[in-house]
Amino acid sequence: MVRLIARRLVLGLATVALVSLIIFAGVEALPGDACTAFLERDAQGQLLENCRRDLGLNRSAPRRYLDWVANLLAGDLGRTANGQRPIADLVGPRARNSFLLASIAALVGIPLAIVLGVITALARDRLADIWLSAVAILAMTVPEFVSATVLLLVFSVWLGWFPGVVLVSADAPIAALLPQLVLPVITVTLVLTAHILRMVRSSVIEVMGSDYVQMAVLKGVPYWQVVFRHVLPNALLPAINIIALTIAWLLGGLVVIEIVFNYPGLGRLMIESITKRDLPVVQAIAIILALVYVGVNLLADLMTMVLNPRLRTHHGGRR
Amino acid sequence: MSAVVARRSFPGRALEVLRDMAARPSGAIGLALVLGHLLMAVASPWLAPHDYKAISATLMLKPPSATHWLGTDHIGRDVLTRTMLGGREALLVTAVATPVAVVWGGFLGVLFGLIGGRVDDVALRVVDAFLALPKILFVLATAAIFGASPPVLIPMLAFFYGIPVIRVARAATHDVVARDFVSAARARGHSTLAIIRRELVPNVRDVLLVEGAMRWSWMLLTFSSLSFLGFGVSPPTPDWGLMIKDASGFMSFAYWAVLAPIVALSSLIIGINLTADALAKALGVDRAQKAPG
Repeated sequence: MVRLIARRLVLGLATVALVSLIIFAGVEALPGDACTAFLERDAQGQLLENCRRDLGLNRSAPRRYLDWVANLLAGDLGRTANGQRPIADLVGPRARNSFLLASIAALVGIPLAIVLGVITALARDRLADIWLSAVAILAMTVPEFVSATVLLLVFSVWLGWFPGVVLVSADAPIAALLPQLVLPVITVTLVLTAHILRMVRSSVIEVMGSDYVQMAVLKGVPYWQVVFRHVLPNALLPAINIIALTIAWLLGGLVVIEIVFNYPGLGRLMIESITKRDLPVVQAIAIILALVYVGVNLLADLMTMVLNPRLRTHHGGRR
Repeated sequence: MSAVVARRSFPGRALEVLRDMAARPSGAIGLALVLGHLLMAVASPWLAPHDYKAISATLMLKPPSATHWLGTDHIGRDVLTRTMLGGREALLVTAVATPVAVVWGGFLGVLFGLIGGRVDDVALRVVDAFLALPKILFVLATAAIFGASPPVLIPMLAFFYGIPVIRVARAATHDVVARDFVSAARARGHSTLAIIRRELVPNVRDVLLVEGAMRWSWMLLTFSSLSFLGFGVSPPTPDWGLMIKDASGFMSFAYWAVLAPIVALSSLIIGINLTADALAKALGVDRAQKAPG
């Protein structure tokens, strides 16, 4: 299994290396650079030349890529397009805010989704299942900005229970952020829970129908013992990967939800940077989001490997 | 995973699948919603009661009335008219981009699945790297810089949404390639191309059809998000995402302007999802355990 884990780690690193190359090439392919964005679009001549030299943009692309990667490894994200601020200053507090939003939603949503997923599976086609599944399907199909807008309309505008649009600055202390977090967290949790619930449900239903569960039932094992000892361990193992994919996918949805609530997170910074054509910041956010994606998936794979007794053999199960 | 398909004439099988889909309540609702939206997209220029860009200072944010059934928006335009027309651009772009994505992704996926070995391993790495990219960021940046016209959006969406299709097509191909009938075809001395055409495509096609339906709904979601974020359809053109964005600022006193496009967009996406589910069941394709993308 150690070899299997090592192999997975190497693959993860290879993916990260490729991702960084694609992001660099992608940003490179967009017309304009930090200097054209900073100095008016049609800047020419000496001014542009000087700026490019100051920012080191006159070096060859492979050279700049290697420098960028070397700086990243040293923890330096570079400076914004106008060269005024280190990107880390800009990204840091917003990444914290996004992480806060996502982790509260995950802490509430994942256990909730697993419990509800098991309940809907055990109560398959009965009233509880039909209602919960209908809500889940609705929450997962409707675009995030639609569910966010509807929640805002109902809970903030009509009922007046929670503050709607966030009006605190990005580097506000967490305590000041918390009351504003309620609606964004509810929105993210709703979408996250819906996806995981459906996956857990189908996983549990599949295992309930398997031969060994039938066998256990026929042997006269008590129902709850069948559920907890035979069904759940086998049904929840694949759920780990699904949870990881859902969290990774939510990174995109988070952007839109942050905009609806004006929440000062990475998503809003991304939109602002794109509007300002601040390509170094866009590039930094892209690599951060990609690292989170790869990291979450890697973690899920490693957890599955450690928890799956079938992979504890000498050569491991081949994927 | 995909059921081995009995070869039957094309129109006969398509009709059978459609009948099967319509026989399920959720499939019937899904098909009705999708067909309704498609018909509306085609016919709305003739059906819409008002001019979609007629502004009126005296009619701003008026509640539903006899002349304006769904009220008016913040610059006095008829909400019903704009909601009826608001899906045309989204449907046009995604209806072209989805088949393109499925075809190129499907082709590469089948190819890699068939070749296998080193090439397949490397290809899978690249696909995984692309999947790790924050798609929305690249889509937004491209739209911001090159504009969000259909000639820009179609290739971009087709590219990004084709990548996950490679993975699905590759996995489906792996399932089929190991089967006896492919070995038999090889033993009979058929060329690789003939094997792809006669043995692989018919078996992978069902998986790709279902995948295409799902990609369509996700693509619509991205398209509307783009408009909602202000990087999509440009203002005079009616679009649901843009309408929701514009109206959400006034929803504390004019909820009709935001609810109409919300209902329209949601019903289309729910319709596509129900249709995709019914299609998967009718074709016997396993859609369980599929992560979002």
